[in-house]
Amino acid sequence: MTLDLTTVPLQGYLALAAVLFCTGVWGLINSRNAVRVLMSIELMLNAVNINLMAFSSYLDGQLIRGQVFAIFVITVAAAEAAVGLAILLSLYRNRETVDMERFNLLRW
Amino acid sequence: MTIASSTQFICFIALSAAVAIGALGVVLLPNIVYSAFLLGGVFLSVAGLYLLLNASFVAAAQVLVYVGAVNVLILFAIMLVNKKENLAAIPGLALRRVLSGAVCAGLFALLLRVAFSTPWATPGPEPLGDEATIRIGEHLFSDYLLPFELASVLLLMAMIGAIVLARRDVFTTDIATGEPADQGLIEKSRTPLLLENSGPANAGLEAPLLETNP
Repeated sequence: MTLDLTTVPLQGYLALAAVLFCTGVWGLINSRNAVRVLMSIELMLNAVNINLMAFSSYLDGQLIRGQVFAIFVITVAAAEAAVGLAILLSLYRNRETVDMERFNLLRW
Repeated sequence: MTIASSTQFICFIALSAAVAIGALGVVLLPNIVYSAFLLGGVFLSVAGLYLLLNASFVAAAQVLVYVGAVNVLILFAIMLVNKKENLAAIPGLALRRVLSGAVCAGLFALLLRVAFSTPWATPGPEPLGDEATIRIGEHLFSDYLLPFELASVLLLMAMIGAIVLARRDVFTTDIATGEPADQGLIEKSRTPLLLENSGPANAGLEAPLLETNP
C-alpha cells in the first residue's frame, strides 16, 4: 500500500472511530455524574456510526447499507437518550443525587 | 468526489482533531455544562465527517437528531439535576483511573491493529454522490421495511416510557381514606420553590401565588 497523503484512507476513519470509542469507554467507567455516563454512551454510538459510514462509503458505494444502518442507530440512540434521562430524573427524585457510586441498591 | 482531494484531507484532519479533543473534553472537564456543549461540537464535527463521506442525508439526520434533540435533552437534564454536591472520596480512585486507562489503551491498540492489518477490499465500487438519499429511501421502503416500521414502534414505546418514568408519583388510592382515587392524575405536593410564607404549602400552587402578589 503506497502512502498517499492527499486522499483519506479508510484506516483514517477507523482510527478516529477507535479514538472516539475508547474515550467513551473510559468516560463510561470513570464518570461519577450520571449525565456524563449518558454522554459517554452517545460518544460510543457516534464512533460506531463513523465506522458504519466509512465502510458504506469505501466498500459498499452502490448499495449504501451502512448509511441505512446508521440511520437506525441514530433512531435507537434517540430513544435510549430519552428513556435514560427519564430514568435519571426518577433516580434523582428518589435518591437526591446523581453520584454513580451511590446508586448501589442492587449491588451485592 | 466533488471537492479536491487535498481540501478533503485538510477537512478530515481538522474535523478529526475537533472530534478527538471534544471527546476528551466531554470526558475530562469538571464542569458538566461545558461537557454538554462540547458534546454538541463533537456531534457537529461528526456530521461534517459524514458530509466528507458523501452522505448528506445522514449528516442532516445527525444534526437534527443529535444536536437538535439529544443534546438539548441532555442540557435540560443537567439543568434539572445540577445540584452542587460534595462527592464522597473513594479509596483507590487514582488507581482505578489508571487501570481503566490501561484497559482502554489496550482496546485502542487492538482496534488499530485490526484496522491496519486487515486487507480491506478498497477501492470498492464507485460511491454514489447525490443519489444516496434516493437509494436510502428505496432501501427503507423495500428490504428494510420491517426495521423501519419497528423503529416507529420503538420510538412510540420510548416516548411513553419516558413520560411514565419522568412524571411524578401518582396515587391511585387516597392516602387518608384508602378509597380508590377518582382520577389518577393527583400529584404529590410539590416542593415549594417560590413560596416561602404563603399559607398552606399543599393547597395548590397558583392560588397563594396570586394572593400574595401585591
